[in-house]
Amino acid sequence: MDFYFKTSDLSVGYNKSILIRDINIKLEKGKILTLIGPNGSGKSTILKSIARQIPAVCGSVYIDKMDILSCSLKTMAKTVSVMLTDRIHTDIMTCKDVVSMGRYPYTNIVGSLSDKDKEVIFSSLELVGMQEKAFQDFNTLSDGQKQRILLARAICQQPEVFILDEPTAFLDIKHKIELLDILSFLTREKKVTVIMSLHEIDLASKISDYMMCVKGDTIEGFGTPDEILKENTIEKLYDIEKGTYNMDFGSVELSKPEGTPEVFIVCGGGYGIPYFRALQKKQVPFAAGIIFQNDIDYQVASKLSDHVVSAPPFEPVTEELFNAAADLILKCDMVIDAGGNEGTFNHYNRKLLELAEKNNIQIKN
Amino acid sequence: MMLQNKTIKPNMKSSVRFTAVMIILTGLLVFGLILNINIGSVRISAKDVFSMTGKYVLYGIKNIFSGGKFQAELSAISNASTENQIIFSIRMPRMILAAVLGGALSVSGFLLQTFFRNPIAGPFVLGISSGAKMLVGITLIFLSGYIGYISPWMLVIAAFAGSLIITIVVVIFSGRVKNMSMLLVIGIMVGYICSAVTDFCITFANDHDILNLTGWSMGTFSGADWQSVGLSAVVCIPVFFICWLMSKPMEAYSLGEGYAKSMGIRIKPFCIILIILSSILSACVTAIAGAVSFVGIAVPHITRTMLKSSKPVYVIPASFIMGAVFCVFCDLLARTVFAPTEMAISTVTSIFGAPIVIYIMVKRRRQEG
Repeated sequence: MDFYFKTSDLSVGYNKSILIRDINIKLEKGKILTLIGPNGSGKSTILKSIARQIPAVCGSVYIDKMDILSCSLKTMAKTVSVMLTDRIHTDIMTCKDVVSMGRYPYTNIVGSLSDKDKEVIFSSLELVGMQEKAFQDFNTLSDGQKQRILLARAICQQPEVFILDEPTAFLDIKHKIELLDILSFLTREKKVTVIMSLHEIDLASKISDYMMCVKGDTIEGFGTPDEILKENTIEKLYDIEKGTYNMDFGSVELSKPEGTPEVFIVCGGGYGIPYFRALQKKQVPFAAGIIFQNDIDYQVASKLSDHVVSAPPFEPVTEELFNAAADLILKCDMVIDAGGNEGTFNHYNRKLLELAEKNNIQIKN
Repeated sequence: MMLQNKTIKPNMKSSVRFTAVMIILTGLLVFGLILNINIGSVRISAKDVFSMTGKYVLYGIKNIFSGGKFQAELSAISNASTENQIIFSIRMPRMILAAVLGGALSVSGFLLQTFFRNPIAGPFVLGISSGAKMLVGITLIFLSGYIGYISPWMLVIAAFAGSLIITIVVVIFSGRVKNMSMLLVIGIMVGYICSAVTDFCITFANDHDILNLTGWSMGTFSGADWQSVGLSAVVCIPVFFICWLMSKPMEAYSLGEGYAKSMGIRIKPFCIILIILSSILSACVTAIAGAVSFVGIAVPHITRTMLKSSKPVYVIPASFIMGAVFCVFCDLLARTVFAPTEMAISTVTSIFGAPIVIYIMVKRRRQEG
């Protein structure tokens, strides 16, 4: 099958020394590819080489069978538009002036804007929700607003392929979501192909059709988010030793307290999470139980403690498990009753609490 | 940073505003030129000036189209009386020279500001004028001994070489420091070095050569004659048009190299052309009138503020006219305030220009901090 966007054995780097070799990207038209990887891994270098900001060391890049590394710069400008991490300093330029620079490849020698150009400029501003700021001085905008204006500039260039280097940097969560929504709108409605780098893995997995892990001098993986994001991929990619990354929820847990547990938390149904987090902050090792493996408490507890007594879902708690929990509880100095232990199906937790009381272990509610 | 809700009002379209500014500036220029002809140690009534100028221009045009048949009439007018002589061979070339070179200097400053993406850049503060002056000085002092006669063209070429070398030096150093104030420091230091070399050469020069040099090294339009007017017009006006034709890439370049590249600009040739054009303009000024300070910074700044825009398509022509106005008035002050003693042109331009530099620095610092 012939792909719309293709790199073949692309090697990138600076001053002819190769940083990352053998990059083979294959994308259909209108898809989103996100590059993830640690700082300094070369995501920007790859994006810049594809956008011809820096020369590629070897290999080629094709868009619709056209070799874009050797086509004219003007053709390139009409095909690919970029949003960079460069901070820009303007002097008396309105937002509209900045956005209208995107029309550069289409205007005449002195750059006068036709009615059609103006229409494109204002619809781009509208798309990023900045039409009211059109005549405001670009310098007076906040970083997030500047970012949106730069996105409008890139949209205004009416490209086939969009290359964005960390477009969500400087944006708050609302604007991150809005920006990614705009990108997915463009891919759906205008069939624009997007290649970008993101730091937010959770967002990346949700917006991307394909993801690529960049690390060291090779590509660690390329595929759909489901193929890429397997157990521990992120920890390995980013060399995370202390904290953990929860793939399902995209949430980060900080480093786990080490040592023999001092506190036992009797919990379930999400009641335990605030206690887990509080103990993590104080770096007090803890045990928790008895929770089902499909319980929300389990997602957090298993990342923050090595001593979680858990039962497989949809099965009754066995005697063995109860004894394991009882062993742990007797070694602890304190037991926390997180709540939610009154139900018919967690009588074993009530039994645990009774056991603690009998052995004069301090119980906190 | 506090965010003011500073809106650049859409009530006036930038093209309308540009036209208005151009009309005002042209009016001011005409006014300045008339004042310049009238005021001086010899007072000549405006009416006389108009009738004589009218005739002169008429014959001048006829002379051009007939291939020089009216030369006699032309010289008859200009030599008719002392007043006429003063007007046609002293004041007129001087004011036209001030206008053309003022415009050239402003555009040269604007090009450098575009290149360095820094409103504080200009041929004088970056030491480029001093570099040009250094080579002109060396040419006048040492080469004149060998060749005897030095044509103005040679001086322009020497000045161009000097400008270009110093610009390249500053570019190389400024590549290492991204800070705007450091660029200024480097420029000023390079300028001092060039001045030191020039002074050194003057110290060891013959008295005869220095005589040529002193008036010129102060910076003045007093040496103007029709030949230098012709030379500066031939050099500056075509260069000015080329600059104007480059205004589209210049605007794109103001967003930074990365974005400029992505819009299809070949950065290297673009930058080289920018530097060469700017060097030609500042070289022409320095070769003919000496180093003139601060015009290159002050004028583009005033122009941008007046236009409320930094679009090069508008700023370049407006800067040219504004520079002409600025220099014509400064020259008027230079020669009349303490008449019959003349001040150096830089004395006057510094008084108006240097505060503007301070203002820009303070404003920028506030924005960045």
